[in-house]
Amino acid sequence: MAALRPRRRALLRLCRAFSSGGCQLAPERGGERRDAAPSRVSRFCPPRKSCHDWIGPPDKYSNLRPVHFYIPENESPLEQKLRELRQETQDWNQQFWANQNLTFLKEKEKFIDSRLKAKGLELRAESGQKATLNAEEMADFYKQFLSKNFQKHMYYNRDWYRRNFAITFFMGKVALERIWNKLGLKRKKTIN
Amino acid sequence: MAASPHTLSSRVLTGWVGGCVWYLERRALQESPRRFLHLLRNVNQQWVTFQHFNFLRHMYVTQLNRSFNQQIKPKPEPVPSPFLEKASLDEAKTEIYKMRPLSPASLSLSRKPNEKESIELEPTPVIEGSIAVGTETKEEKQWKEMKLRVDDLPGILARLSKIKLTALVVSTTSAGFALAPAPFDWPCFLLTFVGTGLASCAANSINQFFEVPFDSNMNRTKNRPLVRGQISPLLAVSFAACCAVPGVALLTWGVNPLTGALGLFNIFLYTCCYTPLKRISIANTWVGAVVGAIPPLMGWTAATGSLDAGAFLLGGILYSWQFPHFNALSWGLREDYSRGGYCMMSVTHPDLCRRVALRHCLALVAMSAAAPALDVTTWTFPVIALPINLYISYLGFRFYRDADRKSSRKLFFCSLWHLPLFLLLMLTCKRPAAQGDAGGPQS
Repeated sequence: MAALRPRRRALLRLCRAFSSGGCQLAPERGGERRDAAPSRVSRFCPPRKSCHDWIGPPDKYSNLRPVHFYIPENESPLEQKLRELRQETQDWNQQFWANQNLTFLKEKEKFIDSRLKAKGLELRAESGQKATLNAEEMADFYKQFLSKNFQKHMYYNRDWYRRNFAITFFMGKVALERIWNKLGLKRKKTIN
Repeated sequence: MAASPHTLSSRVLTGWVGGCVWYLERRALQESPRRFLHLLRNVNQQWVTFQHFNFLRHMYVTQLNRSFNQQIKPKPEPVPSPFLEKASLDEAKTEIYKMRPLSPASLSLSRKPNEKESIELEPTPVIEGSIAVGTETKEEKQWKEMKLRVDDLPGILARLSKIKLTALVVSTTSAGFALAPAPFDWPCFLLTFVGTGLASCAANSINQFFEVPFDSNMNRTKNRPLVRGQISPLLAVSFAACCAVPGVALLTWGVNPLTGALGLFNIFLYTCCYTPLKRISIANTWVGAVVGAIPPLMGWTAATGSLDAGAFLLGGILYSWQFPHFNALSWGLREDYSRGGYCMMSVTHPDLCRRVALRHCLALVAMSAAAPALDVTTWTFPVIALPINLYISYLGFRFYRDADRKSSRKLFFCSLWHLPLFLLLMLTCKRPAAQGDAGGPQS
């Protein structure tokens, strides 16, 4: 037990180092992300003593919650691989859904405009409120949008399932590795 | 002679599960309609009264209005947090403690998280017009540490396993068990109950594991544990395995191999067929209807050990019921399905959607006539069930003809009370075991 305390102190020091390092990294990654997908990157930094991942509120375009991954000091290659896979999947997901939702909104607006024009109606009523179509009129748009994006969704589904399985599989491997290491350390201590 | 203990057991069962189911539904309807749809996909709400449904209907209407008015806009900067903040975390902790006492345990377990969720869900529909921009710290406060607290685990697992849907699936199985022509055996019943419950928990957990990004994008499902990061995917899969293995084992060795096989098959059908199919083809609705039809079959095979015509009739009733129920509800969710990439009849083949709903309303009428022919019930049953069958068929016809929101909602609401009443009438008209004692239909 006493042997654990210095180790914990070291870990805390490294958490601090990495959380500040993480903060420095974030704006750069954020910059890339800003170009890649229209999402607002948070300037969030986890508290220094935290050794866990942090999850944020849903992104306003993609509705997905961003995760800030914790990088431990003694990160094994397997743990690094897992973290990078999760980060990459997160960015990929973020981009897909932000695009999807924005496209939906744009096309919906276009559809409403064109239908209203065809009807000869104004885009805005006298009160200044936007004119909308009812659900039955929108049904054509929903059908169109779904079939237009069908192939895109097929590719996304396939990739999502693959990534989800891979991430979970690696999580399992990492968990086993950690248990193995803990058992290994215990055995060394008992021998000593 | 064998009839009376059975009647008594059935009545006790009726009372207990009925009360619990009513309470569950009340809570269920505080959430959004799509969630309710999922909850009731495999429903047997047999013991809920009409008055209850009027109340539920009122609550449902407000939720449905909200979902119809929902617009997919980018959220304004920052959204007032609907998520667990520090204060409510403590609240959550106390709520979890209240869940500890067992017994209608699974039901009180589901009550608390949903109470919280229903509160959280109220402010979440996207708000028109922007909210005053807060500072960066406010947004930062919404970041949560992904640390699993043991105290929160029961609540999280309850939500992961869709405990309310599980309870309703299990009550459907109980109906199958009670309607089977065999003496009511309590140990066998309890084993079936637990085994089916575990199998359902496993299937629901895997379903949530597969659907994280899709759930994030729909209002109804965005507060699920995996979406919120309260549990890791690895833990979710492990939990599913820990439920599936004992559940199926219990059914196979504790009840009979046929029931175990059906349970395993249903898990496979739901997780590996229905869930991916939702995004590929409209065939998912038919597969989902089969998933809903299997639990009463399992109840029947648990009691009798074999699949008789009566079992298939019961399965057929649940199967047919899914269509007017789901098709009517999906009529109002077309926008979400379209944006999220879900292939549903209401979006791609609206005419088919309404035609199928009507067709299956009429099938229910036919099946109630087949029940006495197959010795499941007496001939009183089709007669007394005729009014409700005609009514749902009428609403199915209106939906087919009018194809609007009003008729779809009426049909959906009707389906909510139609099934429980239908099954209750079946139970009361159950054909008594031919043991020599004369008697009219059971009262």
